[in-house]
Amino acid sequence: MAKLRQCAIYGKGGIGKSTTTQNLVSALAELGNKVMIVGCDPKADSTRLILHAKAQTTIMSLAAEAGSVEDLELEDVLKVGYGGIKCVESGGPEPGVGCAGRGVITAINFLEEEGAYDDELDFVFYDVLGDVVCGGFAMPIRENKAQEIYIVCSGEMMAMYAANNIAKGIVKYANSGSVRLAGLICNSRETAREDELISALAAKIGTTMIHFVPRDNVVQRAEIRRMTVIEYEPQAKQADEYRQLAIKIRDNKNFIIPTPITMDELEELMMEFGIIDQEDESIIGKTAAAEATA
Amino acid sequence: MAALTREETEALIQEVLEVYPEQARKDRAKHLAVNDQSLEKSNKCITSNRKSQPGVMTIRGCAYAGSKGVVWGPIKDMIHISHGPVGCGQYSRAGRRNYYVGTTGVNTFGTMNFTSDFQEKDIVFGGDKKLAKIMLEIEELFPLHKGISIQSECPIGLIGDDIEAVAKKANKEIGKPVVPVRCEGFRGVSQSLGHHIANDAIRDWVLENRDGDESFPTTPYDVAVIGDYNIGGDAWASRTLLEEMGLRVVAQWSGDGTIAEMEKTPKVKLNLIHCYRSMNYIARHMEEKYKIPWIEYNFFGPTKIAESLRKIAALFDETIQAGAERVIAKYQAEYDAVIAKYKPRLQGKRVMLYVGGLRPRHVIGAYEDLGMEVVGTGYEFGHNDDYDRTIKEMGNATLIYDDVTGYEFEEFVKKVQPDLIGSGIKEKYIFQKMGIPFRQMHSWDYSGPYHGYDGFAIFARDMDMTLNNPCWKQVKVPWKTDESTKVAVAASA
Repeated sequence: MAKLRQCAIYGKGGIGKSTTTQNLVSALAELGNKVMIVGCDPKADSTRLILHAKAQTTIMSLAAEAGSVEDLELEDVLKVGYGGIKCVESGGPEPGVGCAGRGVITAINFLEEEGAYDDELDFVFYDVLGDVVCGGFAMPIRENKAQEIYIVCSGEMMAMYAANNIAKGIVKYANSGSVRLAGLICNSRETAREDELISALAAKIGTTMIHFVPRDNVVQRAEIRRMTVIEYEPQAKQADEYRQLAIKIRDNKNFIIPTPITMDELEELMMEFGIIDQEDESIIGKTAAAEATA
Repeated sequence: MAALTREETEALIQEVLEVYPEQARKDRAKHLAVNDQSLEKSNKCITSNRKSQPGVMTIRGCAYAGSKGVVWGPIKDMIHISHGPVGCGQYSRAGRRNYYVGTTGVNTFGTMNFTSDFQEKDIVFGGDKKLAKIMLEIEELFPLHKGISIQSECPIGLIGDDIEAVAKKANKEIGKPVVPVRCEGFRGVSQSLGHHIANDAIRDWVLENRDGDESFPTTPYDVAVIGDYNIGGDAWASRTLLEEMGLRVVAQWSGDGTIAEMEKTPKVKLNLIHCYRSMNYIARHMEEKYKIPWIEYNFFGPTKIAESLRKIAALFDETIQAGAERVIAKYQAEYDAVIAKYKPRLQGKRVMLYVGGLRPRHVIGAYEDLGMEVVGTGYEFGHNDDYDRTIKEMGNATLIYDDVTGYEFEEFVKKVQPDLIGSGIKEKYIFQKMGIPFRQMHSWDYSGPYHGYDGFAIFARDMDMTLNNPCWKQVKVPWKTDESTKVAVAASA
């Protein structure tokens, strides 16, 4: 078998990382690959479309129940779903308490020690919570873990900000290890000239837009049934989009150390595409009321 | 060996500094000084309370040590939860020899270790629920406890547990004071910030508890002993003297102390501060809020004891002043006998100290009473107000070292060649192996008390038995055999 490839998916919160990852992974499985998804988000919603479950029981919640993580066996936490895809969720605390980052570290260490990364696997995908807020959420891209990072984004301003910021984070780890940026996945929000914009952003960062995933309501219809499009409606046009993404990722060789751009460059790019207007110094800090009287 | 001159001491400091890389040398130079009695302010000659340099083998502790270990731990009828992983509580358990009266595990808890024993899951999911449960279990298992303090270890500050909310809820449920203390070890540069945080917690969660409650009958002679941790019984040997002179000791902070005593302290007429470093904050607060004056005193050795008794008495009426004289006279025969017995054996011996809160200056008088001289001293975690108070106590041209490094201390000792060193457990064996008599001056080397007249007798005996112990004459280094000495003599002839 080929060498195990470990990939991490980052991107702004709510951009569609989990949905994209699960559809992509299903397509990879359909192509005959052995894949594992490791959810690295306390919300534990990275595997539900594969398992047809509300939320998978997580490593950390099972560990809390059992007393400690040492009391767990791999089969307690690892579930197999559609296409033989192995699923685990690290889990973590409710918002506002404890340390979610430590949960990710503990869970991934556990998986390594228990031999979850076996020789059969072709791919592991880490689906990581929105931002790299602390060391814990950088765990998937530390040495000997994920070496390819895909950033999910769209043509919206904040999504692009986030993508550029994540690229900055990757630079730090890329310089000290072997992690590389492997591409942007555009999950379309149907903004104007979105594909060109993301391609332009990708070029500036030094990578490519690996695929443009159009918006399609079939994704929502499948989600309601806790399924991926690949499984729910294999003939759908959208399913083919995810298959194309899967093939592109499978054949991807373009792994780079990103060259994130400055805020000014990013704003310039957005102006060029009409996302934001030319900056007007005179309106900064002015309320609507003040503008009306002016 | 004759005392070093100012020039020689300065040269010694320069010589010791020489081995450091430039940046470390620049930093350490500010922490080493030659004493100059003519100075009023120590900041002219020494810098203190700064972050230690990495790699220097500092012997400082952490904020948790300052709060749990020093200030809160000795409050005997409260249960102090070391909140976090098990080590902090277990390795600091019962090590400080804060004596107390009571039945351990029933109505007093001083030598026990209560901990929330954090596991991974507590870090990830937070420890609030566990903490709340522990307190209910404590209430059930140890119903005679009078309150709980929550001593935060490092992770608590990182994971953001809301221990204040848990404390308030538990206070309602068990009807006893529950005090959250944010003394996470990583805060500050030494245990000193832990003392301050602990003082602030007492101010915010304990001191006001009996405001407006006048049921406690007071007298004009009520005082509180603050900053005596009753190590080896120190506070007891001090309290007797104060009581014999006619004062009523309402509270002991915190050696053999209780939470009720702390709550009653705002009713006293005068606060007596022994360890200024660890408890000046609460004394200043009581001065501001309750208009209670405070003075520092020193109960090491008859000279300082008499001085302090008179200074305290001067703030009261003639009965107390007469009482002070009576006490000094009463014990005179005793301490004269101690001096008569030990001074001839200790006269002229030179001592180097390196200790914690008050001892680097407070014990100087006791050594001098025995005819000894302190030729070097320094604080682990002192601030400049401590050094201000030290300048006048130490002889001119003596060595002062702040947060001394392992290397500096050894080099100073090699050059100064003191007859006795008084410092902590980490220094003890190094200097003993160098053949120098050593007393562990944090825990009194399992002896004590050293405070008061009773303590002075024990202090004098201990110094004598250490210094004049025949074992030191038996120390032979392997490379100095009789033969090698003969060869050396022959070679030099």
